[in-house]
Amino acid sequence: MGKKLKSTMAPEKKIGSLIAVVLLVVLYVFLFLLDNAMPVNSTTTMLIPVLKKGAIYALVCVSMNLLNGFTGLFSLGQAGFMLIGAYAFAIFSIPAAQHNSVYQYFEGGAIQFSIPEALSNALGQNAGNFLGSIICIIIAGLVAAVFAALIGIPVLRLKSDYLAIATLGFAEIIRAIFQWNGLGKITNGSNLLRKYTNFHDIKIQVGGTIFQLDTIFPFLIATLSIMIIVLLVNSSYGRAFKSIRDDEVAAEAMGINLFKHKMLAFVISSFFAGVGGALLAMFQTTIQAAPFRSTMTYEILLIVVIGGIGSITGSCIGSFLYIACSEWWLRFLDSGSFLGMSVPFFRDGFRKVVFSVIIMIIVLFFSRGIMGDKELSFSGMLRKARKRKEAKAAKLAASTNGKEDGSHE
Amino acid sequence: MSEPILSIQNLQVNYGGIEAVKGISFDVPEGEIVTLIGANGAGKSSTLRAISGLVKPKSGKILFKGEDITGKNPTEIVSRGITLVPEGRRIFADLTVKENLRVGAYLRKDDISEDMEWVFNLFPRLREREWQAGGTLSGGEQQMLAVGRALMSRPKVMMMDEPSLGLAPLVVREIFRIIEEVNKKGVTILLIEQNANMALKTAHMGYVLETGRVTMSGPGKELLTNESVKAAYLGT
Repeated sequence: MGKKLKSTMAPEKKIGSLIAVVLLVVLYVFLFLLDNAMPVNSTTTMLIPVLKKGAIYALVCVSMNLLNGFTGLFSLGQAGFMLIGAYAFAIFSIPAAQHNSVYQYFEGGAIQFSIPEALSNALGQNAGNFLGSIICIIIAGLVAAVFAALIGIPVLRLKSDYLAIATLGFAEIIRAIFQWNGLGKITNGSNLLRKYTNFHDIKIQVGGTIFQLDTIFPFLIATLSIMIIVLLVNSSYGRAFKSIRDDEVAAEAMGINLFKHKMLAFVISSFFAGVGGALLAMFQTTIQAAPFRSTMTYEILLIVVIGGIGSITGSCIGSFLYIACSEWWLRFLDSGSFLGMSVPFFRDGFRKVVFSVIIMIIVLFFSRGIMGDKELSFSGMLRKARKRKEAKAAKLAASTNGKEDGSHE
Repeated sequence: MSEPILSIQNLQVNYGGIEAVKGISFDVPEGEIVTLIGANGAGKSSTLRAISGLVKPKSGKILFKGEDITGKNPTEIVSRGITLVPEGRRIFADLTVKENLRVGAYLRKDDISEDMEWVFNLFPRLREREWQAGGTLSGGEQQMLAVGRALMSRPKVMMMDEPSLGLAPLVVREIFRIIEEVNKKGVTILLIEQNANMALKTAHMGYVLETGRVTMSGPGKELLTNESVKAAYLGT
């Protein structure tokens, strides 16, 4: 029986992953066309930034979900780690020649080299920018992870609300420190960091033609990172995280070292928050500590809740919906007119009012989020469809049998 | 008599200034079922928590196979072969039955499929519910899962904290039948119970705990007929 069940499940799993891979390829082809072949019009100028930011937020939300949804640690430090990642990325990728203009108040800054630039000199500009950015992104993640390890030692001994307050406080302190003039030679104080490598610099040359990878790049990094998190969640470590979430005492009684595993989740989550911060820096082309306040963390938390706490696909879907709504689809509410008619209260800021109402409705009526703690999986859908079919067939068979029985009597 | 697998010597446990266990000593012989009985607050749970490393004892010694394991962390203690079935079952509600069992074997690096099969044979109900979330099981099934999860670490000593708590009499009988079956496989069992009648009937050896001290000890059947035990714990 068990064997039979397995053999009927396997093809669905295969078909399911095949569909997922095909969709992913289609997505990437579309993104490539979007970067290189699509005409610039009002739709693409809105769509491209929404996609980029959506991918970045998807990564950051999944990283927060790893903590809040899978390990049960209510941490609110995400914006702080993103800030660290964004700064680390920018600092290591501002070209040497630009230092004097960027760090104009701090004698050109302390760090006088740029990793993408150094690699460009060795490998050519396109390869240098591509590889250099990836190296800087990894550095950004590592710096965030080191900070997480340091503050994790005191903070992870706290539970639930106390942990949330402590991490929130940490994020605010980090923001203040990065704005402090004393560190100006590195962080540029409260001034902007700019002129570092951004998405527009990411291109490849095939033969004689140069292809832009503006939108593909953040998707590539986000996809890879989220895949790593998915692998982690499904590993035995992931099971240990979930058991800590469900019952700390029982997890400890099973021999799971609570502190070690919480630290692991915290450091990994912060690593990917740092990566997300680096991508955000690339997206924005300039970076400053001020916007990384707790509002940003709440925004991320909101997406995690809307998507479903403990659902990775939920976080991804939630991110794109949230970003599209807040930046694009509800724009018409600010425009002052609707379908050619002028509506008096459709003016700047009204979008945010409607948006808040939508969020309240979601939280009130879909309190478990779009996905709950389930994952969107094609194999799961296929299995469900087959079961429904079988149930229908069984019902039909039962009803015809019933009729036959009736006629016999 | 063979050397005890677990030996508790003058164990004291404090909880924030309150003396929960005031210096108790007892031995658990290898391969037997030993029970600690006593009223609420007698220090039974605290004793088990101290042995499993969840709380650090104030003083005293815990010897496992002659080695001192006092104050070691739970990871170390579980990997040495002492496991706890915690009070109130405490299964992982959002993990499937199978995942719960795999977490039980978390510290093991070797193949666990044989043990999984053994647990499923002990509890056929769990096999039927293999893919169900732990939280959707009935109380009795959850207790079975908690026992199965503890067995997955392949323990030499399994400690059970009130396995009969909140379960129907029929289910309790089933649980105790399984305790005996597990014991026959060579797992030493240290059981604490408020259901003294059932515990003493099953146990080879019993200790009576009163306000943090051992006041009486003897073979389970003997305690069962002891007048003062009868009066205090058996209600007859």
